[in-house]
Order: sequence, then C-alpha cells, then structure tokens
Amino acid sequence: MMYRIVAKKPLAHKETLFEVEAPEIAAKARPGQFLIVIPKEGGERVPLTICDYDARKGTVSFAFHEVGKSTKEMGTFEEGECLSNVTGPLGNPSEIKNFGRVLCVGGSIMIAPLLLQAKALKDAGNHVTTVLGCRSKEFLFMEDEAKARSDVVYVASDDGTVGEKGIAFLNELLRKERFDHCVVMGPVVMMKTVSEITKPFEIPTIVTLTPIMIDGMGMCGVCRVTVGGKMLFGCVDGPEFDGHQTNFDELIKRQRTMLPEERLSSILYGADGGCKCGRQ
Amino acid sequence: MEGNEPEMKNPRAKGGDEDVEMPRQTPKERVKNFSEVALGYDEEMAIREAKRCLQCKNPQCRKGCPVDVPIPEFIDCILKGKYDEGIAVIKTKNSLPAVCGRVCPQENQCQMRCVKGKKGDPVNIGRLERFLADWEREHGGKIPEKAPPTGRKVAVIGAGPAGLTAASDLVRLGHEVTLFEALHVGGGVLSYGIPEFRLPKKIVQNEIGYVQKLGVDLRLGNLIGRIHTIPELLEQGYDAIFIGSGAGLPQWTGCPGENLGGIYSANEFLIRVNLMKAYNFPEQDTPIRIGKHVVVIGGGNVAMDCARISMRLGAKVCLNYRRSRNELPARREEIENAEEEGLMCNFLNAPVEFFGDDKGWVRSMKCANMELTEPDATGRQACKVIPDSEFDMDTDTVIVAIGQTPNPIIQRTTEGLVTDPRRGIIIVDPEGRTNLKGVFAGGDVATGAATVISAMGAGKRAAKAMHEYLMDEGPRGDSSSNGN
Ligand SMILES: Cc1cc2nc3c(=O)[nH]c(=O)nc-3n(C[C@H](O)[C@H](O)[C@H](O)COP(=O)(O)OP(=O)(O)OC[C@H]3O[C@@H](n4cnc5c(N)ncnc54)[C@H](O)[C@@H]3O)c2cc1C
Ligand SMILES: Cc1cc2nc3c(=O)[nH]c(=O)nc-3n(C[C@H](O)[C@H](O)[C@H](O)COP(=O)(O)OP(=O)(O)OC[C@H]3O[C@@H](n4cnc5c(N)ncnc54)[C@H](O)[C@@H]3O)c2cc1C
Ligand code: SF4
Ligand code: SF4
Ligand code: FES
Repeated sequence: MMYRIVAKKPLAHKETLFEVEAPEIAAKARPGQFLIVIPKEGGERVPLTICDYDARKGTVSFAFHEVGKSTKEMGTFEEGECLSNVTGPLGNPSEIKNFGRVLCVGGSIMIAPLLLQAKALKDAGNHVTTVLGCRSKEFLFMEDEAKARSDVVYVASDDGTVGEKGIAFLNELLRKERFDHCVVMGPVVMMKTVSEITKPFEIPTIVTLTPIMIDGMGMCGVCRVTVGGKMLFGCVDGPEFDGHQTNFDELIKRQRTMLPEERLSSILYGADGGCKCGRQ
Repeated sequence: MEGNEPEMKNPRAKGGDEDVEMPRQTPKERVKNFSEVALGYDEEMAIREAKRCLQCKNPQCRKGCPVDVPIPEFIDCILKGKYDEGIAVIKTKNSLPAVCGRVCPQENQCQMRCVKGKKGDPVNIGRLERFLADWEREHGGKIPEKAPPTGRKVAVIGAGPAGLTAASDLVRLGHEVTLFEALHVGGGVLSYGIPEFRLPKKIVQNEIGYVQKLGVDLRLGNLIGRIHTIPELLEQGYDAIFIGSGAGLPQWTGCPGENLGGIYSANEFLIRVNLMKAYNFPEQDTPIRIGKHVVVIGGGNVAMDCARISMRLGAKVCLNYRRSRNELPARREEIENAEEEGLMCNFLNAPVEFFGDDKGWVRSMKCANMELTEPDATGRQACKVIPDSEFDMDTDTVIVAIGQTPNPIIQRTTEGLVTDPRRGIIIVDPEGRTNLKGVFAGGDVATGAATVISAMGAGKRAAKAMHEYLMDEGPRGDSSSNGN
C-alpha cells in the first residue's frame, strides 16, 4: 500500500496540510474521526484528525502542527513522497444533525478539522457561528474557508493582533445570542476554558480530546481520560466527549508524562537532520 | 559439529539419561541486553537429545499437543539427519514451529505426557522442534503445493497465531485469502507482546513472510469494524470470515490514582517496548519512561515478561501478587529466569491506592495483605484482604498486568453476533462457528487470554470447518453477496 502525498499546502509558519492517497479510508471517513500516521518506517504512530476526504479522488487530508520530532520530520515530506503507513478511520464520527444554532470554536491547528465539521453541520441545516482562535495574526489560516462554511465568523488571538483579544469575548456573545450546541476543537487549555464559559448557559459542549495515543484502537490504555467520573479510552470511546464532564486537569498532566523524552528526541533530530543549529 | 557420534562429550550420568541442557546467556549477561536468552541446540546436542526418545508405538506425548504434532516421527528424522523431512512432518500440523518450540508451555502439554518423564527428564520436544525450525530458516524452506483455486474468497481478521494459521490453511486449500491486520505489523501478541529475548522478532517476521509466500494477501493498518465491518465484508463478496482478533483490551485494578503518570497497562508497556522498540529510544522514536522502583501487579506470563523487560531497562523490580507462590500462573521456567535476573516477589499483596507528586507522576502506593481462603467454584485458590493490614510502598513506575479481555470493536459493529456479555468473548462451537452464517472465530477472542498453540489449534479447526462450508455452498453464482 502506498500512501502518496498528492498535495502539500502550507497553512502558516509550522502548520501544513497533507492530502494523501488512501482510497479505502476516503470511502469510509466521517467528520470527527482520526488517522494514525507513521511517517517513516520505524517511526512513531502519530494521531491526526481527518480534516477532509474525497471518496471519488480516493484521498484523505489532515493538517499538522510541527511540535516535536515526528511532526517536524513529517514537515520535510514533499508532494509525491509516500508515508509509511496510514491507519483509519479511527474513533467515532461526530454527531451531525440539525441542532438549530451551533457554535463552533477552533484553536490553532484544530481549526482545519473543525471546519470539516462546521460544513457538515451547516449542510445538515444548522445556523453555524465559527470562532477561529490563534496565537497571533501570523498564525491565522483558513479564514476564507471558515466564511464559506459558516454563517458568522469571529477571529480571536491571544495577543489581540487580529480580531478579539482572547476568548473571553465568548461570555458576551453567549449573553447576547442563544446557541443550542457547541463544538470545540483545539488546545486542551482552550477546550477547558470554552467548556467553563458555556456551562452556565447550559449549552451542550462537545470537545475533541487529544491524549497521548499509541495504537489508537483500544489496546494500550495510554489514552485513558476521566469523563463523568468514569475511565474511558480516548481512541475508542471518543475522541469526542462532553466538555462539561471532562477532567481536563488530569488530561493536561497525562499529556506531559513523556515531556523529557520528547524534548530529547526533538533536540537530537534538530542536531542530526533538521536545522543544524544544535551540536554536530 | 557435523557427525552423528555424540558419545564423546555426553554427560551421561547414572543410566545415561540426563536430558541435554540448552545453552543460555548467563543471568548477569542477559539482564543487560534484549537478545535471546536461550540459544538453542546445535546438531550434536539435538541428535543426543533425539536419541533419548523411545519412539513409542502409542506416543503419549502426541496426546498432550493441542495440534497433534507427529512427535516421534519428527524426532526420528533428526536421528537420521533428514532435517528437511522432519520440518515437513511438523508443518503438516503446525505452521509456526519456530514460535511454538520457543513459547509453548511444553511442561503442561507434550512433555508432560512423555513416558520418559515418569522416571526422569522428559524428552525436550520443544527444543527439538525449535532446532528443526531454526535449521530450516537457515537453509531456506520449501513452499508446499497448493490445491487448485476454488474461486472462493475468505477474509481473515487479525494476524496473530489464530489468524495466521487459519489463513495459511485456507490458502493451501485453494481459497483466495485476505488477511486484515489492524496494526502496522503482523504477528499479534508474537510481535507486540512477547519480548525479543524470548522470541526474536525476525523469527516472527519470517513466519509471516512464509504465510505471504503461500499467497495470503496481508493488509496492514486495517481495523475491521472501522474501515470495513463484518456485514460489509460479506457484501463485498467474501464468502466466509474468520475472526482472530485476540484479547487485547487491558484490565485495570480500579484503585484510586490509577490514571497517574508512570502507571502503565501491561499492553502499553509491551507495545512501547516490543512493537515500537522503545528500548532503543532515542534511535527509535517512541519513548518509554521507567523509574528505579518498578512494581508489576499480577502473576502470569505477561507480568513476568513486563518484569524481565523492566530489569533490562535498568530498574529494580518487585512483583506484587495477590495469592502465594504456589498459585503463580506463570510458567515455572519464566519465574526461575526472572528470579535469577533479580526479581523480588511480594506474595499475598493487593493494591489499594496510588499516590502521585505535584506533576502527576506516581510516587508510592498503598497495599493490603491478603490471605488464602477455600478454593472457589473453579477450584482456584481464592483470597481475601486482611482487614487493617494496609501499608505504603515506594514506587515510581507501576505496570498493571492483571489480564486482558477481547477488544470490543468488532462485537460492537456486528449486529446479531452472539457474545458472552461478562467476558466479552465471541461464542463459538468446537469448530469455530459463530451464530452468523459464514462467520467463524477462534483464538483468544473466543476463549479469553490463552496460549499460542491453542489459538493455532482453533485456527486450524475453523479453517477445516470453513473449507467444508465453502465447498458445500456449490459453485459460486454471479451475485457476490452470500450469507446474510
Ligand atoms: C485524537 C487526536 C487527534 C489529533 N489531531 C491532531 C491534528 O489534527 N493536528 C495536529 O497537529 N495534532 C493533532 N494531534 C496531536 C498530535 O498527535 C501530536 O502533536 C503529535 O503526536 C506530536 O508528535 P511529535 O513527535 O511531533 O511531538 P512530541 O515531541 O512527541 O510531542 C509534543 C506534544 O504532543 C503530544 N503528543 C506526543 N505524542 C503523542 C501521541 N502519540 N499522541 C497524542 N499526542 C501526543 C504531547 O502532549 C506532547 O507534549 C492529535 C492527537 C490526538 C490524540
Ligand atoms: C506478554 C504475553 C506473553 C505471552 N507468553 C506466552 C507464552 O510464552 N506461551 C504461550 O503459548 N502464550 C503466551 N501468551 C499468550 C498468547 O500470545 C496468546 O494466547 C495468542 O497470541 C493468542 O493468539 P490470537 O491469534 O488469538 O490473538 P493475538 O495474538 O492477540 O492476535 C490478534 C491480532 O488481531 C489484531 N486485531 C484485533 N482487532 C482487530 C480488528 N478489529 N481488525 C483487524 N485486526 C485486529 C490484533 O492487532 C492482533 O494482531 C502471551 C501473551 C502475552 C500478552
Ligand atoms: S506444538 Fe507445542 S505442544 Fe505441540 S509438540 Fe510442539 S512444543 Fe509440544
Ligand atoms: S512419549 Fe516421549 S519417549 Fe515416547 S515418543 Fe513421545 S517423546 Fe518419545
Ligand atoms: S491509544 Fe491505545 S488504547 Fe487508545
């Protein structure tokens, strides 16, 4: 099986979108599901959310943010090159139906898969308001896609260089407007904040949890999360969960368990293949 | 080496009937590496051991082998130096001899029944089987003949011992076989579970290569239930399906604090180390973090493997087991190996709670002492907590190895498939038929965690029943949907 990259699109500084040949996955993929990508033989199994699929072309797309060794290495792949393995679709598809008025909140790289969901929700007859969250102006991407796929679009940046400053403006928005359903995809801290904001308004809030994963099919349990006081597996019970029931603090701690090793890996990679700014 | 005059260095003690030891790495040496511990017989040793076999007319050993390997026959081939014939004899019944020779619990199977065992050491059947399989790998094996194509298509799910066996038997019978494996590597537990030092992965790869050479189409990275469901496979034109998806879902203690960092399920630990080769980190990308005081909870072979890996990664390791030494379910040989390598055991000990530091990493655990009570309904020694016996233990890594149940993805996505709600296993008859037409299952998914050879036996029986089913259906019509 060849998982050829048919298109590589830079989104921002370190954010890239790959469209990959995988006809069987393309035929089966639904919004909310994810893939496990092994960039090179012998490499890590990297979970990445599906952000588009085209059954006729036989391709599936994902967007990634270069954070560590595996994602940096993936960034060096060019169009026409092949990934070692792509497994999917994994996880449960999102619930897509007519909820009424929906609020979609996306942060950093997860904006790409969020917009797939926004489109599906709009096609299902919802009124869709989309919020794009980014660190600062130069990290904003897919604004036009967001406009095409939603009725209203807001932009928010951590430093206020574009759109609203911070995500707190949501409080006001929710006071002014009624929403029946909320979907949040982004950094865990952001999903936690948004869930705290929507809770008093009693808006059902679905978050996409991104615990560390290895197999992504229920074998190892490294992805366990606590939701509603119960231990669940992110990969097979999720990845979407009720944001008002999620123990985010535990998740944040669990995401950091391999930090020293990840740093080491990243430093060594930088030294022997990447930017060459480290030691020889 | 070459000759068959073993009399020279033969350590024949009284009566000349001690078994031939297999060379092994010393504990001091092996605890520093991941290379195979047991080094195997050379020719001279194999012939010397083969000579001990009485070539019984009514061989009891064979009755102890779940797949009925013709034991005296293959041993006779060793004596005659006809190794290629010997391996062919084994392969009539067992398509993974290099694996079984290493990991079968022979002491409870073939060797337990060997008549020589009544007075002294039984014949080392497993070691002889391994000798032939290794000989074949070095000298290049033959691909056996296949029956003419039947025009039938079969899907096999899971490339563990059950699936590999079913797939190779079915392809040899002339069916077109697609083997779907969820992981990016085949072999099931042989690849992700059993460590390199007990079963080198190149041997597993070799066995998988053999199955592919037979003509099986192996599709890696295909999680059935997601990419295709069982009903969809039937619609796509597969005439029969074998489910060999194993028992890969980890069990937990349920104690508070179990989600702390540094607490691994045995599966996570094994997958990181064996499948992703984290023992080579950072040369390999997947890391493993291990502390200085590892506690392994459990007492089976899986627990023993986790403990032995941890020692190789440089940790001090304690095994906390809730019953006593006599009840340890692990193989004797593995317990001895582990203790030689430095394993400490706490018997009659159960976890109560785990405590972490401010970063969320485990730092200590509370345990309770247990006592044995009357055996339960299954005849197994039961145990209960001694009140007020709790105490704390320092630890910075905990591995929970208290069992696995079948992964529920297939069961959840196959409407009408009858399963046991308590144990999660798929219900089958002795030939592996499920309640759904054309759908068969076997191995750990139908029995709960068991052994390599029993999974292979199930794969074999199911392949036979599937062949009958496929041939009974008459010539294949144009309409591809069959079964439901
Ligand atoms: C269901 C799911 C969907 C995801 N979707 C996307 C996506 O669409 N785009 C995207 O850019 N990222 C996504 N992620 C996160 C992505 O998998 C990690 O960024 C990636 O694994 C980091 O690998 P690395 O070697 O480059 O970095 P590392 O240096 O190894 O890690 C950097 C950080 O990423 C996280 N991480 C590391 N390993 C894993 C792992 N095996 N699984 C999950 N997180 C890990 C940790 O929090 C870590 O601190 C998703 C994660 C999950 C679980
Ligand atoms: C650490 C450990 C040590 C062991 N040591 C021994 C030993 O020394 N001797 C011994 O005899 N036995 C041992 N066992 C037990 C033995 O390995 C198992 O009983 C045996 O492997 C079961 O075989 P199986 O084919 O039923 O399942 P598995 O080996 O579990 O294989 C199942 C395969 O199916 C795949 N799969 C699962 N779900 C799907 C799906 N939905 N779609 C596609 N593929 C899927 C899995 O990825 C896996 O590759 C050990 C087990 C473990 C975990
Ligand atoms: S397959 Fe296992 S039980 Fe059978 S003869 Fe070989 S080692 Fe013994
Ligand atoms: S029972 Fe023992 S001695 Fe007899 S044939 Fe079998 S292996 Fe040989
Ligand atoms: S990633 Fe292993 S169980 Fe979820």
